[in-house]
Amino acid sequence: MDTFVQQLINGLTIGAIYALIALGYTMVYGILRLINFAHGDIYMVGAFVGYFLAFQLGFATGPSLVGLGVVLIGSMIAAALVGMAIERFAYRPIRKYARMTTLITAIGVSLLIENLFVARLGAAPRAFPQLLREQSYTLFGNAAISKSQILIFAVSVALMILLQWVIFKTKVGTAMRAVSFNLNSAKLMGINTDFIISFTFALGSALAAAGGVLTAQYNPQIDPLMGIITGLKAFVAAVLGGIGNVPGAVLGGLLIGIAETFVVGYGQNVGVPTTFRDAVAFAILILVLLFRPTGLLGSTVREKV
Amino acid sequence: MLKLDNVSVNYGAIEALTGISMHVEQGEVVTLIGANGAGKTTTLRTITGLLQPRAGSITFEGEEIGGKPTHKLVARGISMSPEGRGVFANLSVRENLRMGAYLRKNKGEIAEDMDHAFQMFPRLKERESQKAGTLSGGEQQMLAIGRALMSRPRLLLLDEPSLGLAPLVVHTIFEAIDEIRGKGTTILLVEQNAHAALGHSDRAYVLETGRIVMEGPSKDLAADPRIKEAYLGE
Repeated sequence: MDTFVQQLINGLTIGAIYALIALGYTMVYGILRLINFAHGDIYMVGAFVGYFLAFQLGFATGPSLVGLGVVLIGSMIAAALVGMAIERFAYRPIRKYARMTTLITAIGVSLLIENLFVARLGAAPRAFPQLLREQSYTLFGNAAISKSQILIFAVSVALMILLQWVIFKTKVGTAMRAVSFNLNSAKLMGINTDFIISFTFALGSALAAAGGVLTAQYNPQIDPLMGIITGLKAFVAAVLGGIGNVPGAVLGGLLIGIAETFVVGYGQNVGVPTTFRDAVAFAILILVLLFRPTGLLGSTVREKV
Repeated sequence: MLKLDNVSVNYGAIEALTGISMHVEQGEVVTLIGANGAGKTTTLRTITGLLQPRAGSITFEGEEIGGKPTHKLVARGISMSPEGRGVFANLSVRENLRMGAYLRKNKGEIAEDMDHAFQMFPRLKERESQKAGTLSGGEQQMLAIGRALMSRPRLLLLDEPSLGLAPLVVHTIFEAIDEIRGKGTTILLVEQNAHAALGHSDRAYVLETGRIVMEGPSKDLAADPRIKEAYLGE
């Protein structure tokens, strides 16, 4: 029982990170029907911006909650700008071409960011400064939760509530939903759809960057290729929840996180080696595509004629 | 108010409009009738900037607007209820109306106009927090018109508002058009239902395969034997 609770906590921790990243995939898909394969790299960019901010601003010397806040918000802002720039210069000029064109461009942007970082910073992992005084709290029995895990839950839940509020309660959020349903109708309302698309990239990128900084507190090793596998798993999470569906991305992220830790924790009991931890997400992807292509919460909205 | 001069529009290599010229004056209801594929919707989509003209000029209140982005034209006072209604099925009725007033800031006036929309179409009031996708076709059309009015347009473009609706609902829609006109809004109405369109408009243009083939006061066209045969089925 204790190990089960422990596995669940660990699973929800990485699941929350997947969820944060999956939100960006799902929002961009919802609005442009584009799988932004560069999104996983934004998560990496976020972690690196956080890393350099911590050093530049002198927060790397020891734990500091203020430093953590500054680093987190700073990297979210920087990533938002990077996301907007990618949309503006890579995707917008080719938006009217076939989907395949934008998909291949997205893969190209992803490779560009990864290799640019490798070329400039080297591929070797770097140690992210610990801004949180790590401490572990015993819940009951032997199950424990660490401070960085609490941080991940607190920040991701807060960001998700904020996102929910933006999408469902504000004018710009309503416009996002309008654009995602019908671009031309949205234009006819006087909505500057280019701005809304840009805003969507900014939101998604900021969430991914938060995921990057939070992960780096939990597992303080960052490298320029860290976004590849995490990004792919977050993409699977978005598909599992129903791509384009915001609550679905959160649900999918948490489920993938739990599935992964359970493979590590219990897989051996049923003959699944722990090395399958990265494979389980893709096994889930195949199952989803076979049995429920719309995802758990996704549904097809039919327009009345 | 609105003037199209020799406007041509292409879909790729296919010419959809060939040098059409027309005008709509302040306070008028002008209708554009024609068969399926004649270019009626293309005309409206070009006026609202959803399509780019290949040649010719479009002016609104004396200023060239051809090729301007759609959201800027809405800001200038042009609004459209699109073909197939284009309501946001995933948004509530109220949110749809709110989006219609996207560019406006004055909350009080927006609330007032929302009440007007509900007065014009009481059915919408009953369903204000329902998702627009759950509405019937007629209710969606009412919503599309109400939403288009929320920007307080000076020129309202209506694309096939009676398409696919039951006769009773068509009647409601045309009553609403008369009411909107009574308040002084200029209307350009595209219709397949030539009978109703000619009965509720001042002037009319007849579009055939991308060209304007006839124009004149609606009551004259309604009496014209060629129109009677081709469009009124008499």
